[in-house]
Amino acid sequence: MRAAVEQRARAYRAPLNTPRTRLLRRFPTHWLFLLPMLLLVVVFFFVPVILNLILAFTDMTLSLRWEFVGLKNYVKFLQDPLIPQIAKNTLVYVSATLSINVIFGLFLALLTTYFVKRENVGLAFRSLWLLPRMTPPVVYALLWIWMTDPTEYGLLNMMLQAFGLPPLSWRTEYPMATIILVNGMVGASFGMIIFSAAIKSIPVDYIRAAKVDGASDLGVVRWVILPLLKWPLMFVTTWQTLSLLASYEYILLVTQGGPNHRSEVWSLYAYYKAFASGQYGYGAAIAMVLVAVAVIIALLMLRIFGFRRLMELMR
Amino acid sequence: MASIRLEHLTKRFGNVVAVDDLNLEIADGEFVALLGPSGCGKTTTLLMIAGIYEPTEGKIYFDDVCVNDVAPKDRYVGLVFQSYALYPHMSVFDNIAFPLRLNKTPRAEIERRVREVAKLAQIENLLDRRPAQLSGGQQQRVALCRALVKEPEVLLLDEPLSNLDARLRIETRAEIKRLQKELGITTILVTHDQIEALSMADRVAVMHQGVLQQYTTPEELYNRPANLFVASFIGDPPMNLFEVRYRRGGELELPGGRALRLPEPLARRLEARRLEEGATLTLGLRPEDVELSETETPEGFPAEVYLAETLGGDLLVHFRLGDGGDGPRLRALTDPERRVTMGQRLWLVPDPNKLHLFGPDGRSLLAEAEEEAPVPHPQRA
Ligand SMILES: Nc1ncnc2c1ncn2[C@@H]1O[C@H](COP(=O)(O)OP(=O)(O)OP(=O)(O)O)[C@@H](O)[C@H]1O
Ligand SMILES: [Mg+2]
Repeated sequence: MRAAVEQRARAYRAPLNTPRTRLLRRFPTHWLFLLPMLLLVVVFFFVPVILNLILAFTDMTLSLRWEFVGLKNYVKFLQDPLIPQIAKNTLVYVSATLSINVIFGLFLALLTTYFVKRENVGLAFRSLWLLPRMTPPVVYALLWIWMTDPTEYGLLNMMLQAFGLPPLSWRTEYPMATIILVNGMVGASFGMIIFSAAIKSIPVDYIRAAKVDGASDLGVVRWVILPLLKWPLMFVTTWQTLSLLASYEYILLVTQGGPNHRSEVWSLYAYYKAFASGQYGYGAAIAMVLVAVAVIIALLMLRIFGFRRLMELMR
Repeated sequence: MASIRLEHLTKRFGNVVAVDDLNLEIADGEFVALLGPSGCGKTTTLLMIAGIYEPTEGKIYFDDVCVNDVAPKDRYVGLVFQSYALYPHMSVFDNIAFPLRLNKTPRAEIERRVREVAKLAQIENLLDRRPAQLSGGQQQRVALCRALVKEPEVLLLDEPLSNLDARLRIETRAEIKRLQKELGITTILVTHDQIEALSMADRVAVMHQGVLQQYTTPEELYNRPANLFVASFIGDPPMNLFEVRYRRGGELELPGGRALRLPEPLARRLEARRLEEGATLTLGLRPEDVELSETETPEGFPAEVYLAETLGGDLLVHFRLGDGGDGPRLRALTDPERRVTMGQRLWLVPDPNKLHLFGPDGRSLLAEAEEEAPVPHPQRA
């Protein structure tokens, strides 16, 4: 009996001691799992950043010939008379769009998951708000160009006419408001999706308990739902800040940053310098400063929001 | 404090009938248990009383005022959830204070009342902690405190003890009962544990598949189950139930052909019901109401032992009825001192005054004909 047990135990142990299994055991398996992601990050983030960093120290132009020029591009940046306006535009654009993205996204999520009791109505409504995100950017931008058309055929102007008001040239008179709305409308769906999922994962008993304890619907939102959405709120805020800092495609398509740089943001300015006027070196320097600003903001936000505790919570 | 009345209360989810035409009266200050197996509609009933679910049909009265259209926050109920539902982002103090803060109680009074109720539940030293830092039993007390602190008219408890270990459950059972009597709050306890229901409540409402089966005192429920469901559900080990044939003149024919003479009052009662000769009835015998005899007796039935288990203070013996031990199975509780061996032949002597009989429709035949569908009188504490 005992011998039989020992033999079986040996049979289990045996394969673990061959040279092959010993090699396998020493093989750093965890790196194998990390490798794909590491490759992605290196190829698509670190390599471009380093190339960009190098580029920023050169005077490369359309001819693609280049020489190292030291800090010349950065000096030029500091002396560029447009930079204060670009920086101010960026600040206004990012903070206003961010507010729309977070607050309106939260509003939509609460509306469709908490206040609308019928599951399928909420779902239909949320899907509707996802449409702009599913539409190719060019098509979405075209829609806005039509809506803000300065003639009486633009949608907004048609509405004005219905009230007997003269047509407005939206994009030239309110370029900043236009790009904030364009990005806010498409960006709100991101927050909406994250917040909806988070609200749906709140145990329904918390909400029932609050109601029995005397909370109105708004009280439930204020005292139970919002505190439990703390982490999703922080995540969406950080994420959206960073992606807004780097985004310019809708602005490029709708107002081109104009008129007269009034809706031109940092990343768009870098794009223009590099690809429109062919000053690759200078464009790279502008982009480098933006990357530095973004990294500082990201670190600050994670610090303020207690990223480490967030990670602990997930464990 | 308030009395509660449910009239034709029905709740359907799509085509699932969770609660079916429930009628129930609960007196002011009474402690009532809703007892039934999982999924029988207990929580649904409770949530309708709290105002979380809207009844599909029927009415709910608090003190003779219909509260169907009253919002949960205006019903003054305290509810302890099956899951406790303590807010994870608040300290124990804030959890308990939450209902008071919502109704704008002055700060000093909140402080006083929270400490008072925490003292009552012996959790004063836990007030600074978060719910995640508490044991199940402590969480249960916090949930109870949160329900009690606003001095509700009605206290609703949804399986508050199901997450506790056996010892703690017994202690908490006694504590809740004491607290309820002390405060005199009308209380409804939902549970699937019959011991909990029978030991704590003044009256027990047994539910099955959304339908009320019987609503009476624990003693009545045990001694006079109204139908087969209650008979089989109440009692541990469960009641023995097997089919018998009715014979005119006050006899029942047991499987195997032997006859059981019914005591005179019972025989007369059956006579009054004009049962057909040979009608199939169900006989119920609690395991504790069966005597074992080593020798043949005229009132006894032969049976063969096929298993004996020791249950703490009792010995539970499983039998097969009949001369050859081929009849229906039967359990009897006996003294653990008694020696029984497998295959042993014994005579079972049922206590004639503790027989239960159910008709073909599953309803008890023991109630007087005019006593049928009894409306029990509320028991005042
Ligand atoms: N929101 C709901 N939607 C659909 N069906 C439901 C819903 N809530 C309950 N039910 C159904 O109604 C019936 C009664 O449910 P209920 O929660 O009242 O049972 P219970 O007696 O509390 O059971 P348990 O002891 O398991 O808690 C069940 O069949 C359940 O599946
Ligand atoms: Mg339940």
